[in-house]
Amino acid sequence: MDNLLKIKNLNIEGFYEDRWQPIVHNINLELKRGEVLGLIGESGAGKSTIGLAAMGYTRQGCRIASGSINIEGIELYDASEEDLRLVRGSKIAYVAQSAAASFNPSHRVINQYVEAPVQHGLMAYDEAEKEAIDIYRRLFLPTPETIGLRYPHELSGGQLQRAMVAMAMSCKPDIIVFDEPTTALDVTTQIEVLAAVKEITETMNKAALYITHDLAVVAQVANRIMVLRNGRLVEEGETRQLIKKPKEAYTRELLNVRNLRQEKSISDKMDVILKVRDLKATYTGRENVLEDIDLDVRKGRTVALVGESGSGKSTLARVITGLLPAICGSINFLGQEIPLDFKTRDKDTLRRLQMIYQMPDTALNPRQTVRKIIGRPLKFYFGIKGREAEERIRELLTKIELDPDTYIDRLATELSGGEKQRICIARALAARPDLIICDEVTSALDQLVGEGILDLLQDLQNKTNISYLFITHDLATVKAIADKIVIMLEGRIIEQGDKKEVLTPPHHEYTDKLLASVPEMDPDWLDNLLDKRLSTFI
Amino acid sequence: MKNILLLICKRIGASLITIFVISLIIFIGVELLPGDVAETVLGQSATPETVEAFRKELKLDLPPHVRYATWLNHFVHGDFGNSLANKRPVAELVNWRLSNTLLLAMVTAFIAVPLSIFLGILAALYRNTLFDKMISITTLSFISFPEFFIAYVLIALFSVQLNIFPSLAIIDDNMGFFNKLYAIILPSLTLTCVVTAHMMRQTRAAIINVLGSAYIEMAEIKGIRGFRIIVYHAFPNALSPVINVVAVNLAYLVVGVVLVEVVFVYPGLGQLLVDSVAKRDLPVVQASGLIFSIAYIFMNLAADILSMLANPKLRQSNF
Repeated sequence: MDNLLKIKNLNIEGFYEDRWQPIVHNINLELKRGEVLGLIGESGAGKSTIGLAAMGYTRQGCRIASGSINIEGIELYDASEEDLRLVRGSKIAYVAQSAAASFNPSHRVINQYVEAPVQHGLMAYDEAEKEAIDIYRRLFLPTPETIGLRYPHELSGGQLQRAMVAMAMSCKPDIIVFDEPTTALDVTTQIEVLAAVKEITETMNKAALYITHDLAVVAQVANRIMVLRNGRLVEEGETRQLIKKPKEAYTRELLNVRNLRQEKSISDKMDVILKVRDLKATYTGRENVLEDIDLDVRKGRTVALVGESGSGKSTLARVITGLLPAICGSINFLGQEIPLDFKTRDKDTLRRLQMIYQMPDTALNPRQTVRKIIGRPLKFYFGIKGREAEERIRELLTKIELDPDTYIDRLATELSGGEKQRICIARALAARPDLIICDEVTSALDQLVGEGILDLLQDLQNKTNISYLFITHDLATVKAIADKIVIMLEGRIIEQGDKKEVLTPPHHEYTDKLLASVPEMDPDWLDNLLDKRLSTFI
Repeated sequence: MKNILLLICKRIGASLITIFVISLIIFIGVELLPGDVAETVLGQSATPETVEAFRKELKLDLPPHVRYATWLNHFVHGDFGNSLANKRPVAELVNWRLSNTLLLAMVTAFIAVPLSIFLGILAALYRNTLFDKMISITTLSFISFPEFFIAYVLIALFSVQLNIFPSLAIIDDNMGFFNKLYAIILPSLTLTCVVTAHMMRQTRAAIINVLGSAYIEMAEIKGIRGFRIIVYHAFPNALSPVINVVAVNLAYLVVGVVLVEVVFVYPGLGQLLVDSVAKRDLPVVQASGLIFSIAYIFMNLAADILSMLANPKLRQSNF
């Protein structure tokens, strides 16, 4: 069969530090009808850049330096803007990572669907509208006849992402580029979108580039996989082959199933350092976002708090730290009742309960050096200054595996995401806390970097017997580090217990759905799951 | 529906409070004017007795807060008092002047708003090209000149050299609409030059500001034409700042055009205000001052409400 898309010796340059520097090196790629090619790698691997270049498009500050991009015999490398415009949308379409940002907030969803076919002169408005409804139905969007009349902000994240998949189909292109279409979604919503992708690539016989950083996800949809790193090809192969027998060390690293800790026993005799009873909290004063929260954290152990976005996990963290005072209930910390509002807590209580945030970028003051960031809690809680502080800062940097000489005078902006998160950990450790609340600390980081952070946290716990309350939506992380699991849904705890207990059946119904939704490194996993759901549905 | 109505009610309430505060400031400001009104009006030959009698007639002998309360009460009921200079009711004077001012403002707005938004869109579409720079330089030079200078240049060109438009914008009630239009063409051209630059630059900036959004990239990737991307995808999301700058400029057209009125001898409200200050005709000064403030506040209120309605997220709370 002929190749729909053929990219040869593609080189892309980006403009930074005042000159053009290569960011994608000599990529070759072929795509046949009915085939899905997975592009996988961490951020900075050049996946999205390649995906966009397949449409002859580059972002501001980038340019295609050399190579050939050929779609069904049309060469895009030296095509005019007008020729490119005719190809984009009609022959090759794009599904972006964040549908919420990529839908125009000012126009109804269906108008944005209809726009491309009408503007390309392929269909009349009415005809395109009819097709939109048909595709909405095929992608299992609720009330397909009327859902398009809504504005983007009136759809949920998963619905919007499916509406965007539908929009990409509007001109019936032969090739679709999926750029991390499920990264911003919960595991349970991810399934809906993956099913939509399958529907399109298999039933409608389209070719697709599927870009993601998650090998387990791409294994569900791709026939072939290309592993990329720093703009270069690491290895390429059939999906099953690549997963079973990866040739390169880097691929093996990506494949490694995370298993960081030895099992620790939790006995009832161990000290409970945080005991939360009957907490209720509200933002508006009318409806409660948290109801009847009971929770124990033991010394030297990790409690994982799991749930979808909107389940109240982060709110619970805010309530425990006192940033959002609970309206009733009690918090017992280290054997004594503490005030619900942080303003009335004493300094020592504040010190012993620290927090690490999801976004290390915003949690650090970009104008401060590492020395100042870590020195601040030392001075605030212990009054340590001068040479003593310097020694402590260096000690802490060594603890978080960053070289003190290199890092102590860097500004926060001069650090990578993983390094920033390590600095956040050091800042929390500087207070010598008994409990650290970790709020999605790895979800903004690449897989391998995130694993480094989890390793570090585990290591620190083994050495200092610190406790963690670990908030996450990622069940793989939970399996890797938790002693105890607490599952939340709509502001309530619906199940909690030791890891083994929660992870082995029988589950609570929701836990079951949550666990079943985590993609496994098995190419047949999605098909099996969808078959199973369909059969139980009927 | 409830949310947005509540929001609008709050804004209206805040506007009323602002108007009240401004009325206070106007009154105090007029109080602080040096000299005695009665003496100024009657002239130097007046005897102390006549001055005293005149003060009584004007109720100037009452304490300020009583006079303020009476004035405000009358104003709210549409009674602006009588002019000191010619004893005619202020309402009569102001009415005619205000309608002239509004006519000039509306004609100007009719030309300037579409023109500047169109130019702003073109400048955003061809940003950083020669065309964009030409528009910027031209409009910027227009605001850099004082408006009376532009007025004289236009008079020199269109009435003296070409002799196609009148240099004096004299109008009266017997003239038909098109005759009026013909009479005020030069002042409104002058004002158009003055306000276009501001609105056009804001439109351009607001559009360019949203061009970095993901949905613009999406539109480009869908193969949409550049002009449509600007007009259909970028402009609706840039409306809020544009509405605001248009409102401020429209308010300026009502309030701040006295120089142009003087040059063209146009009987607008601004000229009336200046004349009345010179003549110490306090009721007229107070009334026109308050009308100007109300115009300003009303335009800002309208801008706020329109920006709210332009945003589907806020508009949708209707249902």
